[in-house]
Amino acid sequence: MTAQEVRTHAIDMNSFINNRLNSEELDEICIKVENLNLFYADKQALHNINMDIPKKKVTAYIGPSGCGKSTLLRCINRMNDLVDNVTIEGKILLDNENIFDKSVNVAALRRRVGMVFQKPNPFPKSIFENVAYGLRIQGINDKRILAETVENALRGAALWDEMKDRLNDNALGISGGQQQRLVIARAIAIEPEVLLLDEPASALDPISTLKIEELINELKEKYTIVIVTHNMQQAARVSDYTAFMYLGDLIEMGTTSELFTNPRKKQTEDYITGRYG
Amino acid sequence: MDNSKIGHHISVQFDKDLEDIRNKVLTMGGLVERQIELAVEAFTTGDMEMAELVIKQDNQVDAMEMAIDMECTQIMALRQPTAFDLRLLISVIKIIHEIERIGDKAERIAEMAIRLAGNESGFPYYELEHMAELVKGMLHDALDSFARIAIENVATITEKDNNVDREYDNILRQLITRMMEDPRNITRTLDVLWTVRALERIGDHACYICEHLVYMVKGEDVRHLTQHELEEKVKM
Repeated sequence: MTAQEVRTHAIDMNSFINNRLNSEELDEICIKVENLNLFYADKQALHNINMDIPKKKVTAYIGPSGCGKSTLLRCINRMNDLVDNVTIEGKILLDNENIFDKSVNVAALRRRVGMVFQKPNPFPKSIFENVAYGLRIQGINDKRILAETVENALRGAALWDEMKDRLNDNALGISGGQQQRLVIARAIAIEPEVLLLDEPASALDPISTLKIEELINELKEKYTIVIVTHNMQQAARVSDYTAFMYLGDLIEMGTTSELFTNPRKKQTEDYITGRYG
Repeated sequence: MDNSKIGHHISVQFDKDLEDIRNKVLTMGGLVERQIELAVEAFTTGDMEMAELVIKQDNQVDAMEMAIDMECTQIMALRQPTAFDLRLLISVIKIIHEIERIGDKAERIAEMAIRLAGNESGFPYYELEHMAELVKGMLHDALDSFARIAIENVATITEKDNNVDREYDNILRQLITRMMEDPRNITRTLDVLWTVRALERIGDHACYICEHLVYMVKGEDVRHLTQHELEEKVKM
């Protein structure tokens, strides 16, 4: 081998050193939370939260029960509006537009920001109708468009191959893991920008959980995903960014690889290593 | 002793597992320190029995490395450690490798002791003994820092390696002179040279232990840095 040949076969060190810890590239911001305070009656549940949620990345919220992570997640599509006695101060900017603005149509906001809950909640209808539901309430009834959208959504949720021959079966008859993916299919059928996942895999068996995680990985190509999870290893596996919350405060947010190998705050370290505070 | 970094897990068993690993590393380190001491003694006194003991005991060092390795792997598989816990286990795997290499050096010195025994090398050993004291001190301090999970002494230890290198160069020059004076000395002088070289490498491995230690405590990779850069990083 000549020196020339050695040089042409040189290892590309830039691709070799995949330094995720000190990634210099800045991700585009999709959602910006500014000085957010939230009160349930007199009790303050979120304290002055500021965070940037990057576009087409997975951001995970972790923290002990009652730390406000679900509350914060629900703010992003204004689900907290449905709760009595809630006062919200501050802003959440979705593509530079404050979602708490009086001019914002909440239904339109929720079309842009889809949500999936801990327990799969399919409607007692057929599998096809579950996924088509969002389009039907928008007044779309064209059979061809519906069929196409349902197929794409089911494919997107990695459910098409399992469901294509039983689209008219009742959705309540399929397994929990399939139901959860069906609900995700329903959420992505209306092509939202953001997907909020509140403990999407905590009621599922390990294999279904892995399928959901794999799905999240695929979905981030198209959507900005925010996920709340009690399972730290799950947060570590699926997310690009992790935010650790404690008693209504955002303690630390950073890239997942950094937060899990070298957190800056002691509280974060104690939590992720399973220690008493 | 700072146990706060290892202890306080909600799972008490996890605390015990990590504590157990730390103790085993220290036991292994202690054995290797003793191995160096015995090997150098065997070398300078020509005690063949001692030298053979050192060679035999190297098996123990090897077995300890494999046992600790396996324990670390198991903890990783079972507990998915993060942050300091993860760095501790990764660093332990690397540190015990350095210790095992140091053990090999001690074995090497013992082998040279056997080869030289009975043959008066005519070479004054006090410089070699001094160098052995130096590197033994470095290893001891590195293990002490590991035991305390503290890195304030790390730069002092790696600084000493410069002295070791200087002494190595000095001895090397004398040995070359001896070989030039009388070619019949070459074989014996080379055996002394391998020994001095082994001591010099022990110093290097002690420095590597310190580098792994900095990663363990601070999460900062300080390999391949100059002494000055290392001091800056440790201070930060």
